[in-house]
This record gives sequence, structure tokens and C-alpha cells, in this order.
Amino acid sequence: MNRSAPHTLRAESLTLAYDGRTVVEGLDLEVPDGRITAIVGPNASGKSTLLRGLARLMRPVAGRVTLDGRDIRSFAPKEFARRVAVLPQQPVAPDGVLVSELVSRGRHPHRGWFGGRSSDDDRIVAEVLEATGTSDLADRAVAELSGGQRQRVWIAMVLAQRADIVLLDEPTSFLDVSHQLELLDLLTQSNREHGTTVVMVLHELNLAARYADHLVVVDAGRIAAAGDPSAVLTAQTVGSAFGLECVVAEDPVSRSPMIVPIGRYHQA
Amino acid sequence: MTAAPPVAPTAPGDPVAAVEGRVAGARSRRRRRAASVVVALSAVALTAAVASLVLGAAGLTIGDVLAALVGQGSPKAEFVVLRLRLPRALAAVVAGSALGLGGALFQTTLRNPLASPDILGITGGASLAAVGSMLLLGLEGPAVALAAFAGALIVAALMWGLAWRDGLTGIRFVLVGIGLASIVSGLLGWLLTRAAVREASEALVWMVGGIGSIGWPELATAGGAVVVLLAATAVFSPRMPLLSLSDDSARSLGLDVTRARLTAIVLGVGLVAVATALAGPIAFVALVSAPIARALVGHGQAALAASAITGAAMVLVADLVAQHAFAGVAVPVGIVTGLIGAPYLLWLIARGNRKGSDG
Repeated sequence: MNRSAPHTLRAESLTLAYDGRTVVEGLDLEVPDGRITAIVGPNASGKSTLLRGLARLMRPVAGRVTLDGRDIRSFAPKEFARRVAVLPQQPVAPDGVLVSELVSRGRHPHRGWFGGRSSDDDRIVAEVLEATGTSDLADRAVAELSGGQRQRVWIAMVLAQRADIVLLDEPTSFLDVSHQLELLDLLTQSNREHGTTVVMVLHELNLAARYADHLVVVDAGRIAAAGDPSAVLTAQTVGSAFGLECVVAEDPVSRSPMIVPIGRYHQA
Repeated sequence: MTAAPPVAPTAPGDPVAAVEGRVAGARSRRRRRAASVVVALSAVALTAAVASLVLGAAGLTIGDVLAALVGQGSPKAEFVVLRLRLPRALAAVVAGSALGLGGALFQTTLRNPLASPDILGITGGASLAAVGSMLLLGLEGPAVALAAFAGALIVAALMWGLAWRDGLTGIRFVLVGIGLASIVSGLLGWLLTRAAVREASEALVWMVGGIGSIGWPELATAGGAVVVLLAATAVFSPRMPLLSLSDDSARSLGLDVTRARLTAIVLGVGLVAVATALAGPIAFVALVSAPIARALVGHGQAALAASAITGAAMVLVADLVAQHAFAGVAVPVGIVTGLIGAPYLLWLIARGNRKGSDG
């Protein structure tokens, strides 16, 4: 609805490394436009690194990431930020900064060299505060909010960028289950109402299966499986990627696959 | 390309419009508070400056001082005010504002209240070069100032080079800086111990930081440089709110973090180098000014303007204290700022340790 144009975000034989240690190797991935993609995988599988690579927060060792056919490194920083918004893992707000001001910083990519506000900045900030249910917090300091409130404020800042693609690195970690759902509903709302393409790294497999249109399982820096959650999330995939014996049932609410782990003391 | 969607017309009772009003209201309250802090601090600085022109052994009244300022005073008053006291007050303003702003740029950019140019060895580098040029090369006057300036830049460049590792993170920069600071102070001690007593004491006077014997030519050079750096900082300043977030957040909001940080550091080093070249390493002003300004302005703002004025006010007031508080003896201003700053540094470290963080 609000989208300016369809976008193609694609990793092409992407290799990413920290200090010479390869974390993601020769990975190919195309992010489905206008859909919700969840990236899952065991700890240290490279899923967050992959997201950082897509977000232009890391320079590839080999291969590249393209947006609409152009290497993302060839975009000017603000030009890229107007198209792709990123919520890093555990973002930090300076002490004392107010919610409305932090969210306003999301407008930076749309500002000129001298940082002047455009006339509709406040309107957009107000819209995302309303959409994320944080408008009552607008005058509060970010530091004094609860974890769930704070995460919604960060989402508001990311949405204020009005980018067509939003990448989020474990947006639900450290939230209790009701706040996890609240946050994923919020992202779904943005996807449904604005056609925003959402890519998120998630820990919780069942929530990933329920909320994602497209599920990517990363294991040891490569894609172990990708596609529709019901096709991807099999006992076999979970067994090989996570080393977890499980039964795949059907989520009684969403009809998506639901992992029921087995463990040592119980039997299927 | 404008990615902003068309703005819907505002209907009466529209909840978004109400929130929009609150967003704008919060911003103007924040700006008003920052502006009143700047005005109040300027008033403090101005009062201290006037007091520094009036107070002293010459027994001048405010009327004498004003007459001297407009060229209508007695020859004695004109000499005291225009030759001695006015350059001293202006030197306090130039050095203080440069140190205050330099400290603010460092602390905000590196996101660490300990990351001040005096803790990181920038001022130490200036001292080492200045003292080295006095003791080893026998230089004096403007040549010492130039050496100090070069010393600050060399330490900053070394710090940048050693801390660079596929990008630049705040904490590595700070640790490298603290390491360099101790190397520099070791070399400084070595230089002083092998110098003759008379020369060493001259060097020590420079190292304490004083603004007593600054003439108009040095003042004009340093003042001009500081004005240029202030203007450049003002142009750069819209990037500060993003730099105070994490690197990843700042990058994803479209900031070239490495370039922005380099710019902020270069501006900060330039300011501190000019101040140190002019007045010696006046202790702790760079460390203390910005936290005071930030506390007054509030709301997690970088408070650049307020930091500069806090620095100026602090050096002016400290110099007043240094000249008049100790009966019969005037001490260099750096002694007084050291007395203010050292307890603050201890408190900062103690608090950082209690929180189990790096500050």
C-alpha cells in the first residue's frame, strides 16, 4: 500500500568472517519481497552474521549482497537506510534520551546534510508511535521502560525510517512470551498494512514457523533448508540442524508446524 | 527518492495529530532547556570575566575598566586592563571552550565518560612535545606552542593507527589511549629528571597550565583557530545523536560511522591541541566540562554548545580562584582545575567499578 516499488534483496555466494574466522560460507539467498522471512538455526550457526551481512553491517570476504541488482556497498549510507532498516541485537540508548526523540532519530536517512527536519517528520513519528502502542510513552526516558516497552520503541524507530525492507536480529530475545507475541504481531501488522518485507533472526522455532511466510534454516554457515515453514520444518531438518529429536505436530491455532522436543527422559 | 508515504489530512480528534503535537512539544521543551542552560552558563562566564577585569592590586572600579575598554581610561588602567587582564580573560575563554568542546566530542563519539583527551594522552603528547622542545632544543614562545600542537596530533594519529582494526570501536580506542598516556607521562618524567633544575622548573610551570603571560598575537592565532573549529563542529553536530547510539544502530540509520568518528576525533584533537598550545595542559577541564553540561541539558543530549561554555566558565572561575583565593600567592589555573577534576575522576572510576562496567 505504502510501498514505493518491489525490491529484491539477494545474497550471492556470500562469505562472511570475523577476524579471519569464516562464519558464513558461499551462501545464496533471495529474500521474498513483501513477505515475512524468519532465519533460524542453532547457536553459532551464523544466522545473526548472515543478517548483519544483509544489513550492510559487515563487509563480505567474498561474494556480495545485492538490492535490486546493485551491490549494497555501492549505495550511499542514507540511500541504503531509506530502503533497508535494521534493528541490531540489543541496541543501546544513551541515558536520559526520551522515547519521542529516539524514534525521531529514525528519520535521519530522510534528512539533509545539515540535519534539518522535513515537515512530515513529526507526523510519521506520531504514526509509528501509535502503531507500536508507544504513544503514551512518548515523553518518558527510554532507560526507565520495561524490556517489552523498550523493544517496541526500538521497533518504532526502525519503522520511522519508512524503509520497504526491515531486518531484525533476535527482536524477541529477553521478552516474555506475551511480549514476544505482541512484537511479532506488530511486525505482521506492518507487513500486512504497508507491505513491508520483514527478515528476522528468531530463536523460538514454533513462533518462527507460525509468523514466517518463508523459513530459512542456517547451519554451520550454510542454508540447510529454506521455503514454506510446513515444508522446511521436518523432524529430519530439526534433527540434523539442531541435533534435537522431536515430533512435528500441527499448531492447533495457526495450522503451521509445531516442534515438540523429546529429550532423554520422555518418549514419543 | 522520497520513501515517505503521503501524509493523510488531519481530521479533528485524530489521535495521531495529538501525538504529533506531543512529539513537537517535547522537542521544543528540550530545545528551550538547552537554550536556557547556554544562557545561564554564559552569564556565569561573563560575570567571572568582568570580575577578573576588576579585581586585583590595581584597585580599579568597574567604571575604570569600562573606560579602559573603550580607550578612555587612564594610561595605568589601560595598561592593566588591555595588556594584562583582558588577554588573560580571553585566553581563559578560548582555552576553556576548546577543552570543554574537545572533551564533549571525545566522550560522545567514544561513548565513554573516561574518554577525554587528557586521560587518553592527547594533552600528554602536547606536554611531552612542548617540554622536549624546551629542554632538548631550547625553544621558547610560539615554537613551544607549535611543538605542543604537533605532539597532540602525533599521539592522536598513533592512537588511531594502533586502535584501527577493520574499523574503529570506542573501547579499543580508549584502552590504546590510556596505554599511550602512560608511555607519554613516563617519557615526560624521564625528560624532567635529566634536565637542569632551572630548566626543569620552567618546564613544570608550563606543564601545570597557566594563562598569566599570554599576549595578543598568540591569543589572536589561537582564537582564530578555535573559531574555525567551532564552526566546523557546528556543521558536523547533527551527526552526534546517531554517534551516541551503538555503531550498528548508527550505521543502519545511514551514518558512515568510521568517517563521522574520524571527523569528531580530528575536531576534538584540533581543539585540545590549540588550547594546550596556548595555555598548557590545564588539568581536567576536558574531562569535567561535558558531563556537567550534559547533566544540565539532560535527556541524553551531546550538549556541545553547553560543554564549550562550561569549559570557558570553568577556566574563568578557576583562574579567579587561583589569583585571589590564596592569600598573597597567585597559583596557576591548572592547580585549581586539578583540585576540581581529580575527585571527579575518582568518583567516575569508583562508580564505574560498582556498576561493573567500563563507565
